[in-house]
Amino acid sequence: MELLELIPDPDIPVVSIVELGIVRGVAVDENNKVTVTITPTYSGCPAMTVFKEDIKELLLKNGAEDVEIKIAHSPTWSTDWLSGSTREKLRAYGIAPPESNSSASVPLFSSSKQKIICPHCGNTNSRLTSQFGSTPCKSLWYCDSCLQPFEYFKCY
Amino acid sequence: MKTQEAIYQYCLRIADSNLILAQRLAEWCSRGPILEEDLAMTNISLDLFGQAETLYEYAATIKGDNATADSLAFLRVEREYFNRLITEQPNGDFAVTMVREVLFSAYQNHLYEALCKSNDEMFRGFAEKAIKEVRYHLRHSSEWVIRLGGGTEESKVRSQAALNELWRFTVDMFEMDEVDEELISMGIAPDMKEINKSWMKTVTEVFTEAELHIPDLNNVIKGSNKGIHTEHLGHILSEMQYLQRAFPGATW
Repeated sequence: MELLELIPDPDIPVVSIVELGIVRGVAVDENNKVTVTITPTYSGCPAMTVFKEDIKELLLKNGAEDVEIKIAHSPTWSTDWLSGSTREKLRAYGIAPPESNSSASVPLFSSSKQKIICPHCGNTNSRLTSQFGSTPCKSLWYCDSCLQPFEYFKCY
Repeated sequence: MKTQEAIYQYCLRIADSNLILAQRLAEWCSRGPILEEDLAMTNISLDLFGQAETLYEYAATIKGDNATADSLAFLRVEREYFNRLITEQPNGDFAVTMVREVLFSAYQNHLYEALCKSNDEMFRGFAEKAIKEVRYHLRHSSEWVIRLGGGTEESKVRSQAALNELWRFTVDMFEMDEVDEELISMGIAPDMKEINKSWMKTVTEVFTEAELHIPDLNNVIKGSNKGIHTEHLGHILSEMQYLQRAFPGATW
């Protein structure tokens, strides 16, 4: 598990796959075969393929005889799992961390009234420019205080 | 009908719908009216591809015979696809794509909501994840349709025309047969009549807000449960399957 903390998210290199809650479990059997259970984030997130390859490569390099990767679909990955320190890392990197609970509990047509804290200047004078950003997990925002665009890690 | 066989068929219905709509939305790549919308439509497409993959993998384990998610996605012929007919309809202008997105993502939202309570663990896990994604899709397209409907005379006329054209394909989304009967009896899948009611409530809310009129049902076309399609699917498949047909087994 400690070793896996070395694997960064390919798109957000300041946080690891363990911090993101993607790694759900690690087991080693008597033949030194390692089974890693991971859970997918967004259904179509291309980073998942990279995670799998990175995990295999790292563990084989560090003495594992064989590596098996299992996918667990339940419980469903959620941004609620991100710890306070992980959220701070995102903010320091310039990505506003998710602010409320996962999207399933938010009413359908209310998001446009939401105010997100700008990761650059800390003001809430921000507005949504697009629900969809450079990766499936982020939306695009604009801060009217410091006049900078920024990305927001969506609640999931 | 055996339960496993019904689950397999049900997987294909949802996965095929998602795959074909994903392929349609990907056609917008580099053609979006603005950069943000280009990104939005391809992001939605990506979510749908991912959802399709999860269910194709599940279907492949049931089918056996060395079937894989890829072989199911790329090596079947037109009549073996069970995507809802609305997903294969051409993108048209931006209004057509957004109206189609409201109609279909509202449908997915209510269908997945019901599948979150399924007795099948895989369907449950799939739906709990996918519903978070389609809610973003529905919110996005609804906001656009409301803006287009209440926008200029031109955007209103085009949005109404889109709704008039697509409405006749919505009956097909709720068709049921022996697959549904089997899965309803096992507590795995919902009764589509119930989904139809909640879907109607949601889309009526959106179109009322957008000041668009829900048209009468005319020239209804259905048949996706039997693999009957409009003329558009063949064209999509010929483009989508070209590589695997020309170079069988080619990998990235």
